[in-house]
Amino acid sequence: MSVAAPARPRRLGRLNVPKVTLAHGGGGKAMKDLIDDVFVRAFDNPTLAPLEDQARFDLAELTARGDRLAFTTDGYVVDPLFFPGGDIGKLAVYGTVNDLAVGGAVPLYLSCAVIIEEGVPVDLLRQVAQSMAGAAREAGVEIVTGDTKVVDKGACDQLFITTAGIGVIRQGLELGATRAEPGDQVLVNGVLGDHGAAILCARGDLCLETPIESDCAPLHRLIEALLAAAPGTRFIRDATRGGVATVLNEIAQASQVAIEIDEARTPLREEVKGFCEILGLDPLYLANEGKIVAVVPAAQCAAALAAMRADPLGAEACAIGRIGPIAEGGEPGRVTMRTTLGGRRIVDMLVGEQLPRIC
Amino acid sequence: MRYVDEFRDRQKAQTLTAEIERLVSRIEVARHRPLHIMEVCGGHTHSIFRYGIEGMLPKEIELIHGPGCPVCVLPMGRIDDCIAIAERPEVIFTSFGDAMRVPGSNKSLLQAKADGADVRMVYSPMDALALAHKHPEREIVFFAIGFETTMPSTALTILQAERDGVPNFSVFCNHITIVPTIKAVLDSPDLHLDGFLGPGHVAMVIGTTPFEFVARYYRKPMVVAGFEPLDVLQSIWMVLKQIAEGRCEIENQYARIVPEAGNTPALRAVSRVYELREFFEWRGLGSIDHSGIRIRQAYARFDAERKFAIPNVRIADPKSCQCGEVLKGVIKPWQCKVFGTACTPEQPLGALMVSSEGACAAYFQYGGIRRDNAA
Repeated sequence: MSVAAPARPRRLGRLNVPKVTLAHGGGGKAMKDLIDDVFVRAFDNPTLAPLEDQARFDLAELTARGDRLAFTTDGYVVDPLFFPGGDIGKLAVYGTVNDLAVGGAVPLYLSCAVIIEEGVPVDLLRQVAQSMAGAAREAGVEIVTGDTKVVDKGACDQLFITTAGIGVIRQGLELGATRAEPGDQVLVNGVLGDHGAAILCARGDLCLETPIESDCAPLHRLIEALLAAAPGTRFIRDATRGGVATVLNEIAQASQVAIEIDEARTPLREEVKGFCEILGLDPLYLANEGKIVAVVPAAQCAAALAAMRADPLGAEACAIGRIGPIAEGGEPGRVTMRTTLGGRRIVDMLVGEQLPRIC
Repeated sequence: MRYVDEFRDRQKAQTLTAEIERLVSRIEVARHRPLHIMEVCGGHTHSIFRYGIEGMLPKEIELIHGPGCPVCVLPMGRIDDCIAIAERPEVIFTSFGDAMRVPGSNKSLLQAKADGADVRMVYSPMDALALAHKHPEREIVFFAIGFETTMPSTALTILQAERDGVPNFSVFCNHITIVPTIKAVLDSPDLHLDGFLGPGHVAMVIGTTPFEFVARYYRKPMVVAGFEPLDVLQSIWMVLKQIAEGRCEIENQYARIVPEAGNTPALRAVSRVYELREFFEWRGLGSIDHSGIRIRQAYARFDAERKFAIPNVRIADPKSCQCGEVLKGVIKPWQCKVFGTACTPEQPLGALMVSSEGACAAYFQYGGIRRDNAA
């Protein structure tokens, strides 16, 4: 795929200190040791190998796969770095892969910039780099360029990662938040809120022990299957920060439609439900890292669900609601929920962070 | 989920709403004006909005969202006092999450944190005490708020701190009591209430007897209510049944949690550590006699008010803010002059817009469905 160039010799096995110091950010041999021995060693691929300042691509090969390039970037600052079901490295790869995939793109290449706080153990960096490499292999993408910076203690929290990604969108595929129409169905690919709950638990200050794991996963294959089965799909978005509620509000506002979801059909793990009950949180606003919201024409809903359910990452896919027509009291741009009790309420965007209620 | 789903059953809710409609049709006064039922507690307000309960009730019933959200009734001056403590370099200031967004006259605790104060969110006063053990070189202050529901846990933490001999832990006490507040609401001349949903979790601590005056002197029915949606519906039904039968009693719908006599060990801890204040300032309601408590002299070393010089400023509520009238149910949240314009959850002017238990925030976030028809 990439323009072939000879690999440059690397400085391997020379990083013998236990912790990163400011010297590793100085641009000299120490920095080269860190980059080569930790990152280049883990990410190893022909496009990265020349170690130029930029990765180079053959345009003809890209245009053969589609007619538009998709380009996205995301920063990862998760605390803690390691949590049940994943770590910052896996998140940095899958998050950007998913941001490409929800636009209908086939994800191909990623960049990786890391900001490291001095004093971070080298072994921790190796672990994260290995995790990123594994995630990239699993997702079928290559990490082809990168950067490292080391900052003073306290200037960042251990490790921040930014990845950017490039993918190609095939001809004829048009997904967008403005395309939802009355009658469309709203689908999700499984239980909601696992990632948000897992992270809150992993921070340890809640003193709650739960078996909840992050749902962090690459979704491009599931999305490809969904789009093949339901080519009329209007819109897909991964429901990360702000959860499903936030995505639904974006659709309602962009398309100026009313959306009604059914609480009884919203899939939740029992543990997440209990977690939210105890803390007074609403699972609709909890972050996911392996869940999409898809808006699909009613006629293709069954096919879309069948395609998603055929993928292990979509085994529990279901329809949670539909787009208008504007029901009594509903209005364009509004998301409402039919509660388990039979009442109705508005599901608005969150103002800030969800803060637990006191009593 | 067991013990939760049973209390959210759609069919039982339908049966209850049908019964409620039948009862309302038997109440003569409901033909001329709506019946006003006040839920005292913010937890009820939250349930009512969260499950869309208002929309399931016949139009003859109007729910008035009362003063029982401890975050909402905090006056600006107390928040300014908090910030003065929090900004001391030696202090780690700890607070429950939803108190952190309440606006003071200049800023909220969240903004003070952004300006460099060490403000941390905790889930229990015991977490704050643990911080005191962990950071012996710092002063840990816990921002205690809440009605009788949260009082025992603060009292027990102070007693624990005494046993552990912790020198660097103190409590900024803003606990308030519900009974004088209900009295103040009942004495308010511009208010007409037909009945109350009583605060279930306060009653869990103090029992049901302290509410007897509501029935005896003010001749209003009250049902101490649980917080699941079926609890709320059943309690509304019980209030209506009293009205229909011409009774005024304190009934206990939440008997699975609330013992008639309350929780004796909790009450013992509370009276050991606290005493009544002469008066306490409420946002929107003004000063109410004997409505607040403070830490007794014997525990003075755990009292942040004695430990630190506190500006103790009194700041009038913003003029345009009608929180008080909303709290008393004189106007509906959306009838306030600044609702949704100068006062939004992003930029709250009045405290009712801050907590999700505040009537205004609840309307802004969950309401709106029935509002257009009702207004």
